[in-house]
Amino acid sequence: MSAPLIEIIGLSKAFPLRGGLFGGIRGDVKAVTDVSFSLAKGDVFGLAGESGSGKSTIARMIMGLTHPSAGAILLDGLDLTGLPLALARSKAVQMVFQNPGSSLNPRRSIGQSIAVPLEARKIARADVERGVARLLDMVQLPADFSTRYPHELSGGQKQRIAIARALAVEPQLIILDEPTSALDVSVQAKIIELLNELRRSLGLTYIFISHDLSLMRNFASRVGVLYLGRLVEEGPTRKLFEAPAHPYTRSLLAAVPVISAEEEAIKPKAPIVEGEIPSPMNQPPGCAFHTRCPLAFGLCDQQNPEAYWLDGDHFARCHLLAPDAASLGAKPIETLKGENAG
Amino acid sequence: MTGEPLLSVRGLSVDFSTYGRRSQVLRDVSLDVPAHRHVALVGESGCGKSVTMRTIMGILPTPPARIVCGQILFDGRDLLAMRPRERERLRGTAMSMVFQDPMTSLNPVFTIGDQMATILKYADRRLGRVRGRRGRMARIFEVLGQVRMPDPERIARSYPIMLSGGMRQRVLIAMALLSEPRLLIADEPGTALDVTTQAQILKLLKDLVEDRGLALLMITHNLGVVREAADYVYVMYAGSVVEHAPTADLFARPSHPYTHALIDCVPKLSGDTTFRGIDGSLPDYTAPPAGCRFSPRCVLATALCDRPPSDRPVSAGHLAACWHLAEAAP
Repeated sequence: MSAPLIEIIGLSKAFPLRGGLFGGIRGDVKAVTDVSFSLAKGDVFGLAGESGSGKSTIARMIMGLTHPSAGAILLDGLDLTGLPLALARSKAVQMVFQNPGSSLNPRRSIGQSIAVPLEARKIARADVERGVARLLDMVQLPADFSTRYPHELSGGQKQRIAIARALAVEPQLIILDEPTSALDVSVQAKIIELLNELRRSLGLTYIFISHDLSLMRNFASRVGVLYLGRLVEEGPTRKLFEAPAHPYTRSLLAAVPVISAEEEAIKPKAPIVEGEIPSPMNQPPGCAFHTRCPLAFGLCDQQNPEAYWLDGDHFARCHLLAPDAASLGAKPIETLKGENAG
Repeated sequence: MTGEPLLSVRGLSVDFSTYGRRSQVLRDVSLDVPAHRHVALVGESGCGKSVTMRTIMGILPTPPARIVCGQILFDGRDLLAMRPRERERLRGTAMSMVFQDPMTSLNPVFTIGDQMATILKYADRRLGRVRGRRGRMARIFEVLGQVRMPDPERIARSYPIMLSGGMRQRVLIAMALLSEPRLLIADEPGTALDVTTQAQILKLLKDLVEDRGLALLMITHNLGVVREAADYVYVMYAGSVVEHAPTADLFARPSHPYTHALIDCVPKLSGDTTFRGIDGSLPDYTAPPAGCRFSPRCVLATALCDRPPSDRPVSAGHLAACWHLAEAAP
């Protein structure tokens, strides 16, 4: 394997929690704790997890919009965390947001909006115009779109414009934060197809944030599952979906509504998890998932599990995977088979 | 389906006038929702799901909307022919609605208990029922229990901000249940929530239909949710129902080219999805195609499609409005 394009090492973010009479720091909200992953050029890394799991905080740290409390973000071997915020990395890392409607200025024509990042690169005016036309062509929109305004565009077209703007600075890495969740499936399919084509033709690398696991299965090459700011399982997409090891990943997959019997058959047989994700303000001790885990045993509320490697490239953080788990009173994961609550 | 359905929409057409132009939004929509059944109306944004739902509930602003023709039979009586006061009495009592957004549908400055008490007071007044404050609170706790909220007393004292998204969605369902409705209309239930919470909400709705004999009409864009939860499905495109079938039949034999294309667009958990999408976009409602409204985007379209297609049988209870059913079938 070649050297990774981006390497995230022990990334953590704790927001101070203020309160009381004098607004002193009372504690902290651990939004992201000790997250590490790396990805090679041309990869799509999927970050999955429920709301509040820390997906967006990780994206913001890579973009330089939030300063990490600890850890390093290496891009091509260069640590970004020491660099001045946003500025230095804006050329290499770009982001496409969830809501294409609100990320475009309604008073600027599409051409003007796309020209902003080009002008920031101090490109001659004539070249800017050519650049806008070329970017519109890259996202498969006709050149006359440059004179239109955002309100004249459909959701899918607006998202294409957002992608064009991200491409304007010729980035190496694009962070896609729920890029299609506001769109209809027929439009989503078109956008995903476009992103795949751009990745192949321009050699782009993506970090793809989504709560739609079915979409992730078809788009990401590696997937990391977050729970309360920790990466609980990570591996190549195929392995993670076909042999999920962490009880949280299993119940997440079991809850995905699917449209065919074939998909139903490959879903893990796990009961619907009760309750909701706890607040990151008061995280449970031990494994953060033990309060909802159907297989929790003695060790789980005591000690945070380490990462156990299932293969060379697939790990999960769960005490059940410890070689001596059975002797400590753990039920094997397989005991849940056939007990599907749904 | 056996027996008279509780809700039966017959040939409903609705126009909108906007800026002097007339949009022909709903065209000849018919659907049935019997008691003890969970029926889904599925379609993409702009297909007329919400207009259908609002027309049924009688909360469509007229003008700009105008009901051109059709009947909405509730328990055999036409809602559209009723006097306004009579219809008012049914709304929020025998038929009620679960709103979509659990974040914005609750008033942030009143407690859950206060908001529910107001709803109950109005429902009681419409039904001519008398109930004291204590009786109301008892009913509120009972309903919060029915939606499986732990500690109803505490929830009733809470403000919306103190509850999670899933709990707020349960509160909205509880609010709809206060007046013991026979028909529940749910607009995108659980779509703003995480999958695990969404699964809990769908299970709750399913139990309400089974245990309490409710007739449930669910509006959604999510085919996975439809397959997971509904008994019977209506697929809508550009203001018309293009196909309807028992849920299992629809997914086993999608017969209208639109249903087909839509199912192809949904990412599969098994990983074998080709992201083709559907070319083109929704027709202009002010000048829609005279015949099949999907024909401009349809791969099978011929001159035949310039005439409006009528429902043609695929199998028992499974119908599709397409001239080319034979070719469309897999």
